[in-house]
Amino acid sequence: MSSREQILAAVKKNQPEATGLPSLKGLAGEMPATLEAYRKVLESLGGSLFEITDKAQVPALLAQHYPHLERVVFADDKQEWAHEDPHQLENVDMAVVTGQWGVAENGAIWLTENDIAVRVLPFICQHLAIIIPRERILATMHDAYEKIGAPQTGFGVFIAGPSKTADIEQSLVLGAHGAKSLAVFVLG
Amino acid sequence: MNRPTTDHATLADKFNENEPRVNWHDETLWWVRAKRDRQAWSIPEWELLRETASQIKLNVLGNLHDYLTQFEQQALQNGAVVHWAADAAEHNRIVTDILQRHGVKRMVKSKSMLTEECHLNPHLEANGIDVIDTDLGERIVQLAKEPPSHIVLPCIHKKKEEIGELFHEHLGTPAGNADPQFLTAAARLHLRKEFLQSKAAITGVNFAVAETGEMVVCTNEGNADMGAHLADVHIACMGIEKIIPERKHLGVFLRLLARSATGQPITTYSSHFRKPAPGKELHIVIVDNGRSRQLGREDFRNSLKCIRCGACMNTCPVYRRSGGHSYHTAVAGPIGSILAPNLDMKDYADLPFASTLCGSCSNVCPVKIDIHQQLYKWRQVLVQEGHTSAAKTAGMKVMNAVLSKPGNFKKAGKMGRWVLRAFPGMVNNRFNPWYKQREMPAPPAQSFSEWYAQQQSTKK
Repeated sequence: MSSREQILAAVKKNQPEATGLPSLKGLAGEMPATLEAYRKVLESLGGSLFEITDKAQVPALLAQHYPHLERVVFADDKQEWAHEDPHQLENVDMAVVTGQWGVAENGAIWLTENDIAVRVLPFICQHLAIIIPRERILATMHDAYEKIGAPQTGFGVFIAGPSKTADIEQSLVLGAHGAKSLAVFVLG
Repeated sequence: MNRPTTDHATLADKFNENEPRVNWHDETLWWVRAKRDRQAWSIPEWELLRETASQIKLNVLGNLHDYLTQFEQQALQNGAVVHWAADAAEHNRIVTDILQRHGVKRMVKSKSMLTEECHLNPHLEANGIDVIDTDLGERIVQLAKEPPSHIVLPCIHKKKEEIGELFHEHLGTPAGNADPQFLTAAARLHLRKEFLQSKAAITGVNFAVAETGEMVVCTNEGNADMGAHLADVHIACMGIEKIIPERKHLGVFLRLLARSATGQPITTYSSHFRKPAPGKELHIVIVDNGRSRQLGREDFRNSLKCIRCGACMNTCPVYRRSGGHSYHTAVAGPIGSILAPNLDMKDYADLPFASTLCGSCSNVCPVKIDIHQQLYKWRQVLVQEGHTSAAKTAGMKVMNAVLSKPGNFKKAGKMGRWVLRAFPGMVNNRFNPWYKQREMPAPPAQSFSEWYAQQQSTKK
């Protein structure tokens, strides 16, 4: 008997009587889906939020708040870098991507590989900026999964704030392995 | 007392030799527990979320066979390669084979308690493959040649000065620099090199969705993603209990996990790996290693609901004051103490006794595992199976003889009070475990029964 058959047979023999799945109704409660709620959580995670009315405002705002950026890539452009070896993205100072859904309760933004062009982009860049339309901010994770639905791509990720660690004596340090900072541009 | 040198009490004694360190450890973990409370209280539906998560996991246990085959089928359709490992040795063999087939000599790994449980790192090293742990805390304990002492905070037992010294020795940082910001930046540079050179990456799995065949991996640092996306081969190792039924259930578990673990609303990254990127390989190793046996133990199967948040450790008065290494197993603390005896009853017979049964673990558990009840039940199993020390068995027999017969109880009480008065040195010595770290009480002149009888007679 292969290990697969052996494991599955043991599981079948030992598993308890099947019970039903609980309803997920009522879990979301009265959590707010407002920009202010989102901003508060994002800032508590070390991210910063900018309100814009046009995507074209992003480069000027980046130049103002991050004066030393050398290599900036916009995922929407999908230029030649999107077809190069992903290791070449190591020297990207700032990556700008557009997110699908924001979650007010925890600051997370949902992105799929269609939004980021190359899977490693939002992790390998030194700094990350995500653009999100204001009406795409939802209250909770339950709302987010309802909107996201079935997977359309091979990879998707919720990103909430910059990369961080508190492994040394519980001292919070931003910029562990991923982006050292996160700027969220709320459009509209 | 006759006990093996590696048992919890002996190792806890060692940890307690450094009192300021113990106090720091205790207070820091309690601070994490308090952060968890603030997050929990900010969600009015928190208790409903816990109950829902517990019921979803119960549904998983009752349908695990079908969910596992559904997950496998979906994962295969997604283009992943699925492997099944009956035990730790088979898991290690499978991973080694994949790496050797690709000629990998050095590779990165993000946090996976399963690979700790299986002792994968020493196995790979014996086969000439260097493993670089990339979670900062895990890298620190790896450099110190120690196992993690906490499943979420691997080097919580270390002070920053010790970490500064380790980094000075291994990464060439200036001697005496113990600034967490500086040390983290040094680790970032050191590990970026490893990420960029690595052809293979191992990650753990937080949740495996039967409906979609995808796996969710949660990190704050981004190390799982840096490793998996830059490597040609991604190996994801998961226990059979990581399954959840549907994608929408992730909403429940992702709301609970980080809030329970560290008091954050969610981890920075919750990555959903479904298909390998074009031209790359995704391997999923599904591991049993005793889990199907635990599934058959009615009293203990709920331990398989665990989502590895570590909340039970942060709240446990024993864990906080004895340190993770005192549990001598990959998963320490209350949850580890109900999982480990299933792996080896003899080796881990001490762990269910490393508890006050206060129940705080069960109160914070996001999937409502009855941890303290299971600790109590394991004690009974271990005694029945003869895995407790002879001294404890003899002591219990004496207690039974005294407590079950009122006459014996009265005589023993009288004798005890007399001994305490006449020969205090007989109990106030280091051979009496009750004397450790506490003074014996002054003996009362009479017992409660005697006092009560006296009161009744004076009333009349």
